[in-house]
Amino acid sequence: MEKVFGRSKGLTDVPFSFCPGCTHGTIMRLIAEVLEELDIIEDTIGVSPVGCAGFSQDFFSCDFVGAAHGRAQAVGVGIKRSLPDRMVFTYQGDGDIAAIGTQHAIHTAARGEKITSIMVNNAIFGMTGGQMAPTTLEGMKTSTSPYGRDISVNGYPIDLPRLIANLDGAVYVASVSVDSPKNILQAKKAIKKAFMVQKAGLGFSFVSVLSTCPTNWGLTPVDSLKWLRENMMPVYQMGELKATEEVKSL
Amino acid sequence: MEKVLLKGNEIIGEAAIRSGCKVFFGYPITPSTEVIEYLSKHFPKVGGTVVQAEDEIGAINMCYGAACTGTRVMTASSSPGVSLKQEGISYSAAVGLPMVIVNVNRCGPGLGGLGPAQSDYFQSTRGGGHGDYRTIVLAPSKAQELYDYTMLAFDLADKYRNPVILHTDGFLGQTMEPVVVKERPEAQIEDRDWVVDGARGRKKRVLASYSLTNEVGEANNLKWEAKYKDIQEKEQMWEEFHTEDAEYLLVSYGTTGRICKSTVLNARKKGIKLGLIRPITLWPFPEKAFIPYKDKIKGIVTVELNTGQMIEDVKLSVECKMPVHLYRRQGGMLPTEHEILAYFENTFKATAEEV
Amino acid sequence: MMDKVILAGFGGQGVMFLGKVLAYAGMGSDLELCWIPSYGPEMRGGTANCSVILSDEEINSPVIDLADAAIVLNKPAYDKFSTRVRPGGVLVVNSSLAKLDKVREDITVIEIPATEMANELGNNSIANMVCLGALMPSLRLVDMSRIEKAMTKLAGKKPELMQVNIAAINKGIEYTK
Repeated sequence: MEKVFGRSKGLTDVPFSFCPGCTHGTIMRLIAEVLEELDIIEDTIGVSPVGCAGFSQDFFSCDFVGAAHGRAQAVGVGIKRSLPDRMVFTYQGDGDIAAIGTQHAIHTAARGEKITSIMVNNAIFGMTGGQMAPTTLEGMKTSTSPYGRDISVNGYPIDLPRLIANLDGAVYVASVSVDSPKNILQAKKAIKKAFMVQKAGLGFSFVSVLSTCPTNWGLTPVDSLKWLRENMMPVYQMGELKATEEVKSL
Repeated sequence: MEKVLLKGNEIIGEAAIRSGCKVFFGYPITPSTEVIEYLSKHFPKVGGTVVQAEDEIGAINMCYGAACTGTRVMTASSSPGVSLKQEGISYSAAVGLPMVIVNVNRCGPGLGGLGPAQSDYFQSTRGGGHGDYRTIVLAPSKAQELYDYTMLAFDLADKYRNPVILHTDGFLGQTMEPVVVKERPEAQIEDRDWVVDGARGRKKRVLASYSLTNEVGEANNLKWEAKYKDIQEKEQMWEEFHTEDAEYLLVSYGTTGRICKSTVLNARKKGIKLGLIRPITLWPFPEKAFIPYKDKIKGIVTVELNTGQMIEDVKLSVECKMPVHLYRRQGGMLPTEHEILAYFENTFKATAEEV
Repeated sequence: MMDKVILAGFGGQGVMFLGKVLAYAGMGSDLELCWIPSYGPEMRGGTANCSVILSDEEINSPVIDLADAAIVLNKPAYDKFSTRVRPGGVLVVNSSLAKLDKVREDITVIEIPATEMANELGNNSIANMVCLGALMPSLRLVDMSRIEKAMTKLAGKKPELMQVNIAAINKGIEYTK
């Protein structure tokens, strides 16, 4: 019988250990497929953060380095500057890259470091059990905003891709979602482009992926997807936020 | 052999280049800045890379990434900056990463001042960051040693897969002295089957320090403990100065270690049998140096630029078998050789007649 | 044998350069030496000082308690450092910028109108070299030929700089004869 669908070579045999309905697995599969399609699995070194995204080091079949919380991009820079001909990507949650690691997010982009960063934005700290993240929406209840995020106390959620797109060293910035088959295909296109940008040595490439956290949101998997569509997508600017002329001609 | 006249900090940069260091990540801070300035000027000419990071945290984590690829890497900073690096040093120790971290000590706590100090002794020798780990710590006392020990630091880092700290101070960093720049063959690095450089024709590798179970955690700790014991056994370094017939000892390292040599010579002129043990490795502390003297020395003065930190290791090394006193200056002040001798004489009432 | 020299003045008077001339002269003679600058906040206050130790044996303590000689290029430097010369030592004072009422009697004080003499040479920034000339006869470990070689190295691509500096040193030497 002809095999029409299988596990990407970019992934190991380790089964995903994420909660039911979590879209981390979908995003990782997209990255793995891109690594396979671009034939760069053996050239790639991934950097995993702290948080649920940290499990990525077990699931990808390429070499991996585990970084301290927030430091994945600095670690990635150290790798890339040492081995400029390898592909380097970081896979980070929104807390990792947009709270404790913000300084690296800004400066990695500003220096135009030739690495790729994937941010998984689920508007909450998942691993630690559902605390407020820099991306938590106004009014959203978490264990550290039990009455809902109060702007007068906690300020506004950060739309990191918009921030990064303003920096000259960032040549490709996209914000995508994996809530529907159509959007999953869009997300894969963006991720693939980001890696192609790195391969061409054009500068820093950044893709933010909106993701679900049914466990900490207190919703079913299906309701989570709906919640993401109705609440997150209107807040976070979606699509290709930035693609320089060089990137467009790839 | 080529002899050059450079600032201490510049010598560290030159030694790094000649040690096969390929990448440097840092952030400017007085009094260490000449290291990054020197490398920014001279490193690109020989294919090296300098990145001025967004902050000290960025710099140490870039070192972490570079070290994961098996590339020789260094960072340099001064006390407050080194505090910021501690998390990264802990992670590097946990993964077993070779790297050289230069701490041009200034005085603290807090922002402190820029004068020479040794107030980071505890931080350097007790791990410094979270978790139970050690870094090898080398303490040069003059320009030639800044050069030689920088080279040694890279070799020890590779040999033990461990971060090595070059523990110096602002005085040594800013002073110019002649240095013989010795070329040396690149150290043989045999075991490279751990580096992460792309899984080409081999199984994937992961360098990370998370231990999901307590059993794995303990096994890791035991492995590192064995390594630290091995280092303690094999790598203690110190210099002895007029110790053979000494009745009293000074113990001091770095800038003060060198000042103490003048004190010893002055004491000897007066007929006082004073000697000096100058630790070169601060960790592992050279306990072995004290074994021959434990039972015959009348007393010890440690001379430090802090409130008394190394004195604890000295007391442990001599098992408190004799009085151990502290002479210290702080806040960036340096003692003169005469002040040290006066303290010693006053403390032990030691005169030529008596001894 | 050891020469410990303190050099002090305003920032811009060439104090560090003066120290480097001595240091490179020491290098040329294969001496042990330390060139110790003031650094950090001390540098920002407008005053500058550095010290140089030249020695034909190993230099253990690099901390200068009492110096064998000092050059002070202005009054604040005189006030700060005149007490730091050992009894029997030499203190060169730029009398153009430091008028002295009474001086220590246990040291040799050489008062020399260095800024005026430098102006006569057409370059007021070489008062430091005039003072070095005045100190030269008291230095035991470096001579004029070593100073000239050091100057050549430091002047680099500006040989005219070297000529004017050497002229200033010679004028200082003449003055003390």
